Amino acid sequence: MNRQIAQLFALTAVLFGVLVVFTSRWTVFEAQSLDDNAANRRPLIEEQKTPRGLIYARNGRTVLADNRASGRGEDRIFTRVYPTGGLFAHPIGYSFIRNGRRSLELSRNDDLAGEEDEFETILSELEDRTREGFDVVTNLDVAATQAAVRGLGGRKGAVVAVEPQTGKVRVMVSIPEYDPNEVPFGLRRIEADPNQPLLNRTTQELYPPGSTFKVVTAAAALDTGKLTPTTVIDGSSPKIISGIPLQNAGGQSFGPISFTDALTNSVNTVFAQVGLRVGRGTLVDYMKRFGFYADPQLDYPGFQMVPSGILNGDGDYVEDGFDLGRVAIGQGGLEGEIRASPLQMALVAAAIANRGRLMKPRLTDRVLRPDGRIKERVEPDLQSQVMKPETAEQLAQMMSRVVEEGTGTAAALAGIRVAGKTGTAELGAAAEFTQPWFIAFAPVEDPQVAIAVTVERQPPGSAGGTVAAPIARSVLETLLGRG
Amino acid sequence: MSARTRELFGLLPVSLLVAAGFAAVLATRTQDVSNATLTYGAVFLALCVFAHLFIRARLPDADPYMFPLAALLAAVGLVLIYRIDADLAREQAQWFVVGLLFFCGTILLLRDHHVLERYRYTIAAASIALLAMPRLPGIGAQVNGAFLAIKLGPIQFQPAEFAKLGIIIFLASYLRETGDILVRPRLRPLRFQRGLLLYGLPAALTVVAILVLELGVAGSVLLAAFVASLVAVLRERPSPKHFGPLLLVWGLAMLMLIVIRDLGSSLMFFGGFLALLYAATGRLSLVAAGTTMFLGGSVIVASNVAHVKERVDVWLDPFKRGVVDREGYQIAQSLFAQADGGLFGQGFGQALLELPGGGTILPTPQTDLIYAVLTNEAGLFGAVGVIGAYLLFAFRGFKTAMLARDGFSKLLTVGLTAVFALQVFVIVGGVTRVIPLTGVTLPFVSYGGSSIVANMVLLALILIVSDHARSERIRRGGLV
Repeated sequence: MNRQIAQLFALTAVLFGVLVVFTSRWTVFEAQSLDDNAANRRPLIEEQKTPRGLIYARNGRTVLADNRASGRGEDRIFTRVYPTGGLFAHPIGYSFIRNGRRSLELSRNDDLAGEEDEFETILSELEDRTREGFDVVTNLDVAATQAAVRGLGGRKGAVVAVEPQTGKVRVMVSIPEYDPNEVPFGLRRIEADPNQPLLNRTTQELYPPGSTFKVVTAAAALDTGKLTPTTVIDGSSPKIISGIPLQNAGGQSFGPISFTDALTNSVNTVFAQVGLRVGRGTLVDYMKRFGFYADPQLDYPGFQMVPSGILNGDGDYVEDGFDLGRVAIGQGGLEGEIRASPLQMALVAAAIANRGRLMKPRLTDRVLRPDGRIKERVEPDLQSQVMKPETAEQLAQMMSRVVEEGTGTAAALAGIRVAGKTGTAELGAAAEFTQPWFIAFAPVEDPQVAIAVTVERQPPGSAGGTVAAPIARSVLETLLGRG
Repeated sequence: MSARTRELFGLLPVSLLVAAGFAAVLATRTQDVSNATLTYGAVFLALCVFAHLFIRARLPDADPYMFPLAALLAAVGLVLIYRIDADLAREQAQWFVVGLLFFCGTILLLRDHHVLERYRYTIAAASIALLAMPRLPGIGAQVNGAFLAIKLGPIQFQPAEFAKLGIIIFLASYLRETGDILVRPRLRPLRFQRGLLLYGLPAALTVVAILVLELGVAGSVLLAAFVASLVAVLRERPSPKHFGPLLLVWGLAMLMLIVIRDLGSSLMFFGGFLALLYAATGRLSLVAAGTTMFLGGSVIVASNVAHVKERVDVWLDPFKRGVVDREGYQIAQSLFAQADGGLFGQGFGQALLELPGGGTILPTPQTDLIYAVLTNEAGLFGAVGVIGAYLLFAFRGFKTAMLARDGFSKLLTVGLTAVFALQVFVIVGGVTRVIPLTGVTLPFVSYGGSSIVANMVLLALILIVSDHARSERIRRGGLV
């Protein structure tokens, strides 16, 4: 009988071995997929118990995202509150257990949740530190943001301001905004709002940039040596471009005119010819150097950014076959129409301001440990050398004329030279709306800020110089300390 | 070193574990530290030493490892239950005292376990009655769809825990008597025509059955295996007179499945029966026939009894949409807890258990899912350690059976050890999704009076057999 007993023991050992194999399966081999399972509420509950890092404005004092604790002891949980309401809704976003995350709350989640690399985690466990989120200090400026919101005055639109040398995003305003504090109980209503308050118009919406795009055409023309600022071109109107007559604004005919004067007065017929001289391939190449055809390299969630570029009637990005003359002046046709986000246009201005060096845009300045030590400082990072420094300087001088005596005089600041470009795109079948634009940087000698402003669906007759430039002016004033 | 001194030394790691475990849980609960909680550990150790002294006095030659192993498992259980709920831990400690009383009582009253043979039919009848009690109106209680508990006033108890002892005693006694004549010596080789009749006819019938009934792959394999093992059994010319009771046991297991609706308990009982049958006869064909009959019966029951069917469906896919938050919640949370534990676990007292709004994220953490709590807090290593302790316990049990001199002692010990090991397999296998999850307790570890008391009696019975076997060996100089 003992042989059978020994065999029974062997069977027991095998069965227990199966238990060990299955326990290993769940604890090790399939642990990750179980952790990621949507039905697993453990990570969410754990997360609620950890105070999330705070988010600060550029001054390091104004709290943009805070925590409210409720419950005691084991039941203590933390929920987000946003003391500034909707003012920073678009750059900061929200983070709630039931609603998920958006904007910087999503793109900086690992830091805000206090995630460390493996080594740091072991260290902190040895020191028995309780986990706590890291604070994030942004580059966002409170007063300038308020100035931008005031400037838009409830009209739908967007304002973006960046530091040309560093790429720091100082203002990111999109109107209408939403109040992130209402998200836990009102997200459905916010989502259903026909005005799309969740849409970040600075990164997620594409508009025809109108004449502001002429600086991109000009950069390509000057940098490739096709033209100089003094080259004289025929500015008469109308002119047949791609078989269809093209007119200047108000039908004004200029006759022979220098390239600089053509930019100052935003002469369509001149820039259409310039575009034809540059060629499609070169124009698209310079657009890509400016960052078109790709998501902005911003520390922001990918799903909340859209690449700018030339889009055909089906909404597909095209790099060839478009009406070159009309794209060169910031418009286009069914074969391809130029469309850009306000952030992209701000980056165009910033690249010119920074002697052709385009810096990656950054919302985050630094990440702080709970004890105040710096965990990470976001250093300026070159995205691309768009054009030669001399080209950028020529273009800057040309753009300063726009503000001094051209279409953008409304943006002039006392004692500070501003370089800019207006734009007024016509929308709708019968041009029943306009899309006024203004892009600028200042001071011209030592640029500190580059800005893009646009306002949606304005009545006919509203121009970039009269609608958008004054908004840019008040934001620039604030940022340059003249407010 | 004498056996008893080894036993005393075996209690050393237990005391270390109790101290470390309680200290760890206490350290994470700074708000309700009190001296009273620490005394649980001290009282527990004092009880263990008392039990050791009792064994020293009454069963001086009994196996020295089994009691420390049981104490170790009980200590793990006590720490885990204390971590889940301090009040439950106090009750569990009280139940441990009651269990020790039963342990000592069994040893005092049962000087010679052969006495049990005399009452085997009484014991069998009582066990079946116990099993059926949860279905009786008034005292029966349905837990999660299964009928496993009865309520007498404030006391709830699980009769299956005690019935398993009775059934094993009966089967050991019955098989000791009939095991030799259940099967007769093998026949001489068959003549061709009779061989054709014995093998060909069943094979043809099987093929026809598979085709007519459209059984599918699993069903066909099951049927073929059953027919083959049945033929092998028939070759041995079994005596129908003695086989009747065994068929009765199978019928009983099936009935249990239907009546108390618990797959785990029936698997435990029937598995214990098959282990005994194999130990007694050494015929794999009998075990194969029994296994296929049980599997076949289970499949039929599972597809017809809603509660059992639901358990099986949940087992096959616990994460299905709509299931994972309802029927599948228990097993899904069990797996999530284990995944959270990883290799080393979150540490005693540190894993997530309490929900912010009250309640626990793991349902029934102190009974069915205590192994998931263990894995969550002590990790894969801790869980493997506990399974290792169970394996050692089973090893010492089977070893005792091998040392025993007479058939009844051997079969009794084999049966008790097998049913103990199977119980571990059924619940841990359920929690780790090897088999459908059912409501049996993890011996010595889970919270529950019936479980502790019944398993202490089980341990007492094995130690009694062990003491007899080893003292005899020592007298003959066979064991140092």
